[in-house]
Amino acid sequence: MIAHAFFFYFFSTIAILSAIMVIVSRNTVHAVFFLILDFISIASLFIIIGAEFLGMMMIIVYVGAVAVLFLFVVMLMNVSEQTLSWFRGSKQSKHIPVGLTVGAVILLELIVVIGGWKYRDTFTETKFLNFQTDFTNTHAIGNVMYTEYIHLFQISGIILLLSMIGAIVLTYRKREGVKRQSYFKQISREREDSVKLVEVESDKGVNLDD
Amino acid sequence: MIEIGLGHYLTFGAIIFSIGTLGIFVNRKNVIVILMSIELILLAVNINLVAFSIYLQDITGQIFTMFILTVAAAEAAIGLAIIVSYYRNKGSIRVEEINEMKG
Repeated sequence: MIAHAFFFYFFSTIAILSAIMVIVSRNTVHAVFFLILDFISIASLFIIIGAEFLGMMMIIVYVGAVAVLFLFVVMLMNVSEQTLSWFRGSKQSKHIPVGLTVGAVILLELIVVIGGWKYRDTFTETKFLNFQTDFTNTHAIGNVMYTEYIHLFQISGIILLLSMIGAIVLTYRKREGVKRQSYFKQISREREDSVKLVEVESDKGVNLDD
Repeated sequence: MIEIGLGHYLTFGAIIFSIGTLGIFVNRKNVIVILMSIELILLAVNINLVAFSIYLQDITGQIFTMFILTVAAAEAAIGLAIIVSYYRNKGSIRVEEINEMKG
């Protein structure tokens, strides 16, 4: 229990500090690095709380795909270094105090809700998918994922396909002056379009300029 | 303090969520940081779902966390594609300069 508390405070402190660094750091590349640190800390929290599969999934999906995508886009666009700092807009913006107020109020409300919240005794009886303790976490997720939630699973696959198509459509552009093959033209070419048979009379030759 | 309960995880999720919303509000730099704030918010929701799933001994929360993971990945891809095409047209993604819609 002591170890659990120690690791919880350790990882959550790192996660909160790196989340703050994500939104205040001046260099966007550094922000992405802190985002990666945040993801890894929270994945570690998932692992120590007992959701190992999700922790590993988090590292693979977020760190391996999403954060690398962010990093790639940031470095592609050359916007990493911004000259204006975090709290100075170009024209003295009024967003900062309002934003701080709203954020503080949201945090306060959430803390109040958590502090005053007790679930009813009957609340835990409404569950219908129990943990099977003799399985591993991955086994338990797989048991439910492909039976109870198979439709949602397939819909999430369709969402991924749609996002892939959408990203390609959004960023596709035709370049000028690039020679490219047209397979359709190549394949649909007929013999009559390109070959002309000429009956050549003797001693006359062929006139090619017609 | 030593006994880590559900409330600790919920408080932690609330703090991450607030930091994410704060990041959306106070950001004056570029849109990519706003997207990262949205990722932080989704992460906070994931923390809440996993904590409830573990403490109520119900696997459903973890299943839905996986779906949120999927949607977050799709959203990041689409958002970054929009930003790339905007940057290609305008040459800048500063939040202050994005004002075509006069919002």
